[in-house]
Amino acid sequence: MTQETISTDVVIIGAGPCGLFAVFELGLLDMKCHLIDILDKPGGQCAELYPEKPIYDIPALPVVSGQELTERLMEQAEPFGPQYHYNEMVEELEKLEDGRFRVKTDGGLVFEAKVIVIAAGGGSFQPKKPPIPGIEAYEGKSVFYSVKRMENFRNKKVLISGGGDSALDWTINLQPIAESMQLIHRRDGFRAAPDSVNKMHALVEEKKMQFHLGQIVELHGDNGQLTGVTAKGNDGNNYEIECDTLLPFFGLTMKLGPIANWGINLHENLIPVDTEKFQTSEPGIFAIGDINTYPGKLKLILSGFHEAALMSQAAVRHAYPDAKVTFQYTTSSTSLQKKLGVA
Amino acid sequence: MRIILLDGKGREHELEAVEGWRVMEIIRDYGFPIVADCGGACACGTCQVEVDPAWAAKLHEPREDELDMLDQNYGGEWSRLSCQLIMTAELDGLRVRLSDIAIREAA
Repeated sequence: MTQETISTDVVIIGAGPCGLFAVFELGLLDMKCHLIDILDKPGGQCAELYPEKPIYDIPALPVVSGQELTERLMEQAEPFGPQYHYNEMVEELEKLEDGRFRVKTDGGLVFEAKVIVIAAGGGSFQPKKPPIPGIEAYEGKSVFYSVKRMENFRNKKVLISGGGDSALDWTINLQPIAESMQLIHRRDGFRAAPDSVNKMHALVEEKKMQFHLGQIVELHGDNGQLTGVTAKGNDGNNYEIECDTLLPFFGLTMKLGPIANWGINLHENLIPVDTEKFQTSEPGIFAIGDINTYPGKLKLILSGFHEAALMSQAAVRHAYPDAKVTFQYTTSSTSLQKKLGVA
Repeated sequence: MRIILLDGKGREHELEAVEGWRVMEIIRDYGFPIVADCGGACACGTCQVEVDPAWAAKLHEPREDELDMLDQNYGGEWSRLSCQLIMTAELDGLRVRLSDIAIREAA
């Protein structure tokens, strides 16, 4: 796939609260930003882990949900025209001869930027793998953690494991084209839309699929091709399930991922930075929010906001060493107010 | 007040507990492998422990969101999220084992 290279001032890796606020702080200094996130939406952990949970320690917002905080940060960043690229994981980051950086994503997007801001929280969200011995040998051949093309599952004996929306949705969607459909879950309760749960029960009633209570403990097959699994029932007894395809849906977890290969110093899966510029061991690459570490670091959203502000001052000087940067307040500066579209 | 923690190798550790603290916070404070990505919001499941069956009945029943997280994290019969267990005088001496999931996620 050939893609046109996108040139910009800043590529921000991660569209969580810190990445979003960095757009604002960088924007006040006339830096244009592109944000890349592995999720299909902005907000990072706030959106993926706890959209409904109240947060109580954002200054001036006595209580706010992760979802609302995300929406407000998006609104605040909007005057600066940030470009969002969702469902993309940054795979490669390399330094160019002219001092800029080239970023490549798994979806084939290519960026060239003067400055990189890593605001990746706990790393990239990736599917949780069930702890079944030897499952790696089947991955990509007969065990899949997502459905990219439904057609791949036509005439397959599909077993789905899990009790959330993904598990239920794919059970219902793949059942008509699969040769057989079975669902296994550790209890008879689901964290899914009630309508989906009802549909699944109806399919079981009509004998179009089977539902098992229990957990998979062993996989059987050869050369990556599954032939069946052993499951442990809630009564402690084991039983066999015949299948040639397994789709485990256990939600997402955060892994450092490709960041480890970018040649910047790491300490226990975190990126050490200085507390003046929040710069990494590579000049021009900055790290803010949960992913960085420094003496006294607190993993708080408000700390990330502060880091974004200081980082931006350093980032603009890195990108435009000859430009004169004056510090101004949004309350009094007409030029900042023009940028915000309020003057 | 104390917690007895069994680590991944089955070794016993006696941890000084504080009333009102989450068991997750106490275990993590001692440096055992619990990442607690979500910071105790019952939203990531990385603080899973297995409670000694003798102690299980002394704990409150898991809420629906804790059950959801145990679903996503391959919870077993005695599994709980340690961020949902808050130390009280009644729980002095609580015995829990670090789960394989917690250890794997912290690796």
